[in-house]
Amino acid sequence: MTDSRNINQIVDHLFRHESGKMVSVLSRLLGLQNLETAQDIVQDTLLQAMNTWSYNSIPENPSGWLYRVAKNKAIDFLRRQKKFKEITPHYSYLLQSEYTLTSTVNNLFLENEIQDSQLRMMFACSHPAITEESQIALTLKTLCGLNPGEIAKAFLTNEETINKRIYRAKEKIKSEEIELSVPQGKELPQRLDVVLKSLYLLFNEGYNSSHPDLLIRDDLCQEAMRLAYILTTNTTTNFPKTNALLSLMCFQASRLQSRLDDKGNIILLKYQDRSKWYKPLIERGAIYLELASETDDISPYHIEAAIASLHAVAPTFDKTDWRSIYDLYESLYKLQPAPVVALNKAIASAYATSKENALEQLLKIKGLENYYLYHTSVGELYFELQNKKNGKKILRNSFASHHFKTGATAIKR
Amino acid sequence: MLIFQGGMPADNASPEFMQQQMGKWMAWIEKLSKAGQYVSGEPLLPGGKLIKGKSKTVTDGPYTEGKELVGGFFIIKAENYDEAVKICDDYPDYDHGGSIQLRQVMKMDM
Repeated sequence: MTDSRNINQIVDHLFRHESGKMVSVLSRLLGLQNLETAQDIVQDTLLQAMNTWSYNSIPENPSGWLYRVAKNKAIDFLRRQKKFKEITPHYSYLLQSEYTLTSTVNNLFLENEIQDSQLRMMFACSHPAITEESQIALTLKTLCGLNPGEIAKAFLTNEETINKRIYRAKEKIKSEEIELSVPQGKELPQRLDVVLKSLYLLFNEGYNSSHPDLLIRDDLCQEAMRLAYILTTNTTTNFPKTNALLSLMCFQASRLQSRLDDKGNIILLKYQDRSKWYKPLIERGAIYLELASETDDISPYHIEAAIASLHAVAPTFDKTDWRSIYDLYESLYKLQPAPVVALNKAIASAYATSKENALEQLLKIKGLENYYLYHTSVGELYFELQNKKNGKKILRNSFASHHFKTGATAIKR
Repeated sequence: MLIFQGGMPADNASPEFMQQQMGKWMAWIEKLSKAGQYVSGEPLLPGGKLIKGKSKTVTDGPYTEGKELVGGFFIIKAENYDEAVKICDDYPDYDHGGSIQLRQVMKMDM
């Protein structure tokens, strides 16, 4: 052990990210129907790395080492199988000959092919036949290398539930004969919408202020951004709305560190130290928003990104351009008439117009009876309008429908 | 000589966990190296056979059960057993069902 290379020299999350890449590549090689086998090979590869590297040293090119081992395991697997056609319809011809077998496998592990495989995998995980919650679970498992235990933690549920979601997703892959491909032509925009939605939800899960563990939330946001970034680097999927979504994520993520105090309690926007907002992300958010605006086809992500940008550039809470934010919410509501949008629109109107107006709007909203932030907002407005009796009643309601640690502490203030 | 048994990550261990675990091993080895206590170490592949008796029958030995699996070994330098036991404090797999066998290597002058 004279080599001084140590764990610190490995990139953060190397295993996790490489696992997602390798599963994607191997699934493309072996066919998505053999996802299970691909995952086993990757698991084996990582175990081997862990054992070998622990005792010796980390190789010069850790990723290259992992790919080589995974490739060899995949080739071994293919040699053992005689029925290439059943395993991997696309490559069966090339894999039948020893001469082309290795080079075919090698080619798939080239950088641009790896990314292409990840892209295909994103579309497969977000296949419309799979339910939204299963899509996210499958994405986290296959592309982000999280195991069911980690996913369960992220969703505040148990491992069994996650296993079921993944199982159901895999059943769909079989029954719908879902393949690893990027949809073409007319199908593409619709399918991309599902992928974007799934990434949006993944990011939202991380951004969700009710999760007690900051690290997990950070990870989910980062994973969502990493995958959205892949979409922007590929010409087939680099649409204005793809950039809009990534822009939104950048703006929101710039506040991840300043949203919590030392004890993990939420700091409300009003009280956040704006100098702690992560500037490089805000700048990137602005760049992606610029790229996103090269279109007349305005998506909800565009508007949400624009709102986020106004918050990001506001020097103080009071100097925020609430009027524009309110107008943007109006456009968003026209595009997406959901009660949650109405809630946010109402909150913005408290600052853009008047509190009375905001309260009136809030009380008209139907469908948020079980959403704690709805009751909190109504209660707070009553308080500020000196109607303390009503305020207390509403806030009690809010406590009843909300039992997460950090959220509750912020409400008490 | 430290012989590590068990503590192999389960089949469903996450990539993140494996990387962290590896980090702990490397940190341990580095610490021992710096203190001049580390001599060498190797991981062992799972499996192995037991060779017995005159006929040298090869059978699957006691290595087949996961829990008894020998994961690897270190050869370390220590003044005495107490110091060697202290070195074992940093063994990363205690929490994951692993254990250590500590054996003294006989020195043979040749």
